[in-house]
Amino acid sequence: MTGTFVGMPAFPSAARAALADTQLRHNLAHATGVIRGKRAAVVGEVDNWEELRLAGAAVKERALLALDTQLVRLEESLTAHGAVVHWARDAEEANRIVVGLARAHEVDEVVKVKSMLTQEIGLNEALEAAGIAAWETDLAELIVQLGGDLPSHILVPAIHRNRAEIREIFARRMGEVGRPAPADLTDEPAVLAGAAREHLREKFLRARMAVSGANFAVADTGTLVVVESEGNGRMCLTLPEVLVSIVGIEKVVPTWAELDPLLRLLPRSSTGERMNPYTSTWSGITPGDGPQEVHVVLLDNGRTRALADEVGRQALRCIRCSACLNVCPVYERTGGHAYGSVYPGPIGAILNPLLRGTGDPQTDALPYASSLCGACFEACPVRIDIPEVLVHLRSQVVDGHREDRVPKPEAVAFRGAGWAFGDARRLDRAERLSSLAGRLLRRRGRTSLGRLPGPGSAWTDARDLPAPPTESFRDWWRRTDGGERP
Amino acid sequence: MRVALMVTCVNDAMFPGTGQAVVRLLRRLGVDVDFPQAQTCCGQPMVNTGYLDEAVPAVRSFVRAFEGYDAVVTPSGSCAGSARHQHRLVAERSGDPGLAAAVAETSPRTYELSEFLVDVLGVTDVGAYFPHSVTYHPTCHSLRMLGVGDRPRRLLERVRGLRLVDLPKAEECCGFGGTFALKNADTSVAMGSDKARHVRETGAEVLVAGDNSCLMHIGGVLGRGRAGVRVLHLAEILASTEEQPA
Amino acid sequence: MNRAENGADNSARAEILGRVRAALLDVGGDLPDAPVVAPAGAGAGAAPGDLVALFAERVADYRATVVRCSPDDLTAAVAAALPAGARVVVPAGLPDDVRAGIPDPIADTGLSATELDAVDAVVTRCRVGIAETGTIVLDHEPDQGRRAITLVPDHHVCVVDAGQVVPDVPDAFALLDPHRPQTWISGPSATSDIELDRVEGVHGPRRLLVIVVDPA
Repeated sequence: MTGTFVGMPAFPSAARAALADTQLRHNLAHATGVIRGKRAAVVGEVDNWEELRLAGAAVKERALLALDTQLVRLEESLTAHGAVVHWARDAEEANRIVVGLARAHEVDEVVKVKSMLTQEIGLNEALEAAGIAAWETDLAELIVQLGGDLPSHILVPAIHRNRAEIREIFARRMGEVGRPAPADLTDEPAVLAGAAREHLREKFLRARMAVSGANFAVADTGTLVVVESEGNGRMCLTLPEVLVSIVGIEKVVPTWAELDPLLRLLPRSSTGERMNPYTSTWSGITPGDGPQEVHVVLLDNGRTRALADEVGRQALRCIRCSACLNVCPVYERTGGHAYGSVYPGPIGAILNPLLRGTGDPQTDALPYASSLCGACFEACPVRIDIPEVLVHLRSQVVDGHREDRVPKPEAVAFRGAGWAFGDARRLDRAERLSSLAGRLLRRRGRTSLGRLPGPGSAWTDARDLPAPPTESFRDWWRRTDGGERP
Repeated sequence: MRVALMVTCVNDAMFPGTGQAVVRLLRRLGVDVDFPQAQTCCGQPMVNTGYLDEAVPAVRSFVRAFEGYDAVVTPSGSCAGSARHQHRLVAERSGDPGLAAAVAETSPRTYELSEFLVDVLGVTDVGAYFPHSVTYHPTCHSLRMLGVGDRPRRLLERVRGLRLVDLPKAEECCGFGGTFALKNADTSVAMGSDKARHVRETGAEVLVAGDNSCLMHIGGVLGRGRAGVRVLHLAEILASTEEQPA
Repeated sequence: MNRAENGADNSARAEILGRVRAALLDVGGDLPDAPVVAPAGAGAGAAPGDLVALFAERVADYRATVVRCSPDDLTAAVAAALPAGARVVVPAGLPDDVRAGIPDPIADTGLSATELDAVDAVVTRCRVGIAETGTIVLDHEPDQGRRAITLVPDHHVCVVDAGQVVPDVPDAFALLDPHRPQTWISGPSATSDIELDRVEGVHGPRRLLVIVVDPA
């Protein structure tokens, strides 16, 4: 029932399809525009935002650069508070642990808090294969799940859908998996949210096991943190008997007090609010209150690979606010699906190659899915220099092909350019050819080039290209002695 | 003060008028500007596409050409950004400590044109005359990589006869992005079309920016749409006078 | 969990920690061990009256209802905050002056989720109020009760003492005990998942009413 990113085409062709969908482009432009405005307003309220960003980055950096110590401390604190800690090297191992826990408790369904990580590892599919239904309870995730769709945004996974499309999905699908949508369902957002409330309430009241991720995990106190808006998170974290939280090892925050800057940065960057409606924190088990059996799965799944990359490791600071998506001119036009991953947008363009390694065409196209405009770095609350990492990963992609028996035309071209730029006399000769072409064209009255065949068509299919000048700057300088002679 | 012009490879081969305008402008302001013949390219096209080894010869040419100058001026935010922020990376990749040391000398002395005029020469009124309505697009690398801020606007505001019109969503990327314009041509054109639409909405006669590569892209989209808007580099407007109009 | 799975866990643990150490070989051992000191929050040194006014304004910004009263009027304010005929659950440690405003309160004796679903409202106190963000923080001590009672009923009335209001988030962190479960609440449950259009009220209480008790 769920779609899959596996086998998606590389970014340029996926983007082409997305660009042709005018409804999608309209939905995206509207949504990203609204959220950019909200973010700018609440960030503008904070006098020392830049200092706060530096502090947020420093906290995550402190955790990451001593991650082994921090993880061991986290495990100790969690265990001391009654939680059971599991370690998982990869997706398969994490899924096996969760399926095992569900089987041990003989449940055939779990309720889920929105979690990027469980999407990354395909947990719902693994549970389904084991005969266990996984109910997404975040409104947007519910829309995506019922629509048999894929998430297209970190914060607002159904950002590509408008209200009319959502009404249709609810009316058609809710009855198949539980309480149907009311017959008089309209496309008012409040009415749609009301239908989701009724549909999910029966699942919340009966569920015995919940699965969550965590926004943060405090090493010295064993405190997990879930930041949300709707209260579906609170339902999952509070009502069932058993709670399983899958936590990426990069989520560690060293101390309780160091959560402070992150909780000031995240809501303003993410939803454009001073504070999100609900933040839940818990440290293991509280007798008489909430789940009395608590499991935490600490997952690697490529994070140590990213950590080993000295330039790329800053991407592990990411707190999944999605501010970079909302300000990205590429994301705004293509949407998230074109990135072929649960992590779309600028952060996805670096995180996916860092977690998975470069080497396949889909992943290798991602670092190039950016004009390097730098808006993402400016918006990032933990100062991840995304353009720097993009350029770094591009060099990894290129280096991965240096031993190719037949080099790509692009590689041949850049080798040629590198050679020409090594000596001004070589460049001069190339420019003479270009000036000759310019003289021929301009003699025929052509000041710009029309549609070119071959690789040049990528430019000229939709853009004019000026005809070369009749004389290069360096020829002019030599001929006129820098303009001193006519 | 010994000042060198880094004209950039794109301007050298495609837009010599911009280099000539910088020379005229600086001479008018009393700067004796030199053009070191050994210069080629800052290396950015290679670096930004991932060809670090291929960028090494360009960076070698750069430090060789500009060694010993007090300031290197370039009519490109993007190339100034490359010299200031990327040359170190390329030098590290080369494994040549001599190149790294030379880069450490030249990088901080490289200025984008508006930075040089406002910060080094301390002028905003450069005595220009350009009686047209103009809208200004701040290119991404001048805005976010270099942080030139409002310097270009302050220079434009002092040009006699010039009427500056605000560009909607000015700070949004035009979609050029170097090889991005070819590798992701569809997305690049979609971004360029939106930029061109905002330019047309201003009703300005002229679009100005500090990077000819971005202008070539936006101008290419405007031209294909027969928008009738002229694109001009900042240097050409600042060099413009009643006697020698741009 | 059986022994074989524990065994797998142990080898995974060793392997992950080994990978982490290998990944950090370039960093060396000279890491700063002191916690990061974050910049000050907003409103440090604000007069208490201004702080409470800001808190009330910011809570109301989320379309929560804010009522201010004197200690003498608290019982009446609680009574007025509840819909007529509402079934109201209360935590065991709710102070008498609050409880007195509730006709026939239902004491929480470990009610099931389904039983709570049949309740209309809940009245609690809180641990801290944050002025800058308009947030109330519950740490689920006896005057606030278990997490479930402030979650399942649709109407939450929360009584905040003016003296509990702090300027900003870092001030709250300094007061709160991380070993207690906490719920930070900023307005009623909300979503912006449909076209970024904010809708109040999804799964948590759809109505939040905050009573601020000013000093006598």
